[in-house]
Amino acid sequence: MANESGGFNIRPMDQFEVKALFGGDVSWYTPTNVTLWMALTIVAASILMVYGARGRALVPTRAQSAAELAYGFVYKMVEDVAGRDAVRFFPHIFTLFMFVLFANLLGLIPFAFTTTSHIAVTAVLAFTVFLTVTALGFILHGAKFLGLFWVSSAPLALRPILAVIELISYFARPISHSIRLAGAMMAGHAVAKVFAGFAGALGAAFFVPVLAVTALYALELLVAVIQAYVFTILTCVYLRDALHPSH
Amino acid sequence: MADDAANGVGMPQLDLSTFSNQIFWLIVTLFVLYYVMSRIALPRVAAVLADRRGTITSDISAAEEYKLKAQEAEDAYHKARADARAEANRIVEAAKAEMQAQLDTEIAKADAEIAARTAESERRIRDIRDRSIEMVSEVSKDTAKEILTSFGAKADARSVNAAVDARLKGGL
Repeated sequence: MANESGGFNIRPMDQFEVKALFGGDVSWYTPTNVTLWMALTIVAASILMVYGARGRALVPTRAQSAAELAYGFVYKMVEDVAGRDAVRFFPHIFTLFMFVLFANLLGLIPFAFTTTSHIAVTAVLAFTVFLTVTALGFILHGAKFLGLFWVSSAPLALRPILAVIELISYFARPISHSIRLAGAMMAGHAVAKVFAGFAGALGAAFFVPVLAVTALYALELLVAVIQAYVFTILTCVYLRDALHPSH
Repeated sequence: MADDAANGVGMPQLDLSTFSNQIFWLIVTLFVLYYVMSRIALPRVAAVLADRRGTITSDISAAEEYKLKAQEAEDAYHKARADARAEANRIVEAAKAEMQAQLDTEIAKADAEIAARTAESERRIRDIRDRSIEMVSEVSKDTAKEILTSFGAKADARSVNAAVDARLKGGL
C-alpha cells in the first residue's frame, strides 16, 4: 500500500495490528497489545467505579458523582427499555457498557490500540448477547418464545411471510450488532490516521489536516460514547424480547 | 504490511490467526470486569444511593415533624395570648367593679354625713329662731311695761303679757 502511493507513507491500518507484547508469534495465550489495552480498560473502569466511589459520601465528590451517574444511566436504561424484571441482568449489562465505553475511549488516545475495532471482539460480545438472550427466551417461555416471530396483530395471510422476515431479522441481529461497533471504531481511527499522514506530507499547509483531525477527534469522542450507548441499548431491547416475547 | 501482503489481507481485523488470542483475552477481561463490577463497584454505589435516598426521606419526614411542632407552638402561643388578654380584661373588670363599689359606699357615707349636718344646722337655726322669738316677746313685754309705767298707767303684768302675746302671735 505504501509503495503504491509514492511519496505518501500512510498506513492507516497498521494501528489495528495485533502484536505480541514481548515479540514472537501470536498464539491464543500470548500477551499482546489486546491484553494490554483490555487490562487498561478494566483499570479505567475500576478507577471510575471503585476508586471514584471509595468515599461512599452522602454528598458525592466529582468522581463519585460520575460513578453514580454511570450507574444511574445504565440502571434506568435497563429498567426503561427491558422492563423491571430485567434488573437482575443489570450487572451483566453494566459490565458490557463499561467495557465497550472504556475500550472505545481508551482507543482514542494516540498510539493506543482499540480492542473494539476488531470484529473478533465485537462478534464475541454480540453473539454472547444473542445466545444468552435466545436461551433465556426458551427457558422462560418454552415454545411460546417462538410467538416472537408470529405477528398475531397482522392479517392471517401475512403472518407466514412476516414470520420469515422476523426470523431473518432476528438472526441478523448479532451481525449488525457487532459490525456496527467494529465498523464505527475502525472507520474513525483509519480516517484520523489518513488525515494525520497528510499533515506530514503537506509541509507548510500541515495545519489544514491538523484542524481536520481535531474536528474529527471531537466527532470520534462522540461516536465512542454513542456506540457504547447503542450497543448497550440494543442489548436491552433484545433482552426485552426474551423476557416479553409477545408483540 | 509484509505479512498482510503475504496473506493477501489488507485489514488486520480479518487476520484469523489473531482471533483465538483476542477471544481468549476478551473472555478473561469480561470475567475480571464482571467480578469487579458486580462484587465491588455496583453494590458500593447501590449502597450509597440507597443511603442517600434514606437520608433524604428521613430528613424530609423530620422537617415535616418540625413543621408540625412549629405549628403547635404557634397555636399554643396564640392560645396563651388570648388567655392572657381574657385574664387582663377580667382583672380590669374586677378592679373597675371594686372601685365602683368603694365609690358608691363613699358617696353614700358622704351623703349621710351631709344629711346629718343639714339636720343639725336646721335644728340650730330653729333653736335660734325660737329663742329670738322668745326674747322678742320678753323684750316687748318689758318694753310695754316700761312704756305703761312711764306713762303712769297702772296695769297688771298679767294682762300686759297676754296683750303682747296676742299681738305677737298676729304679727310674727
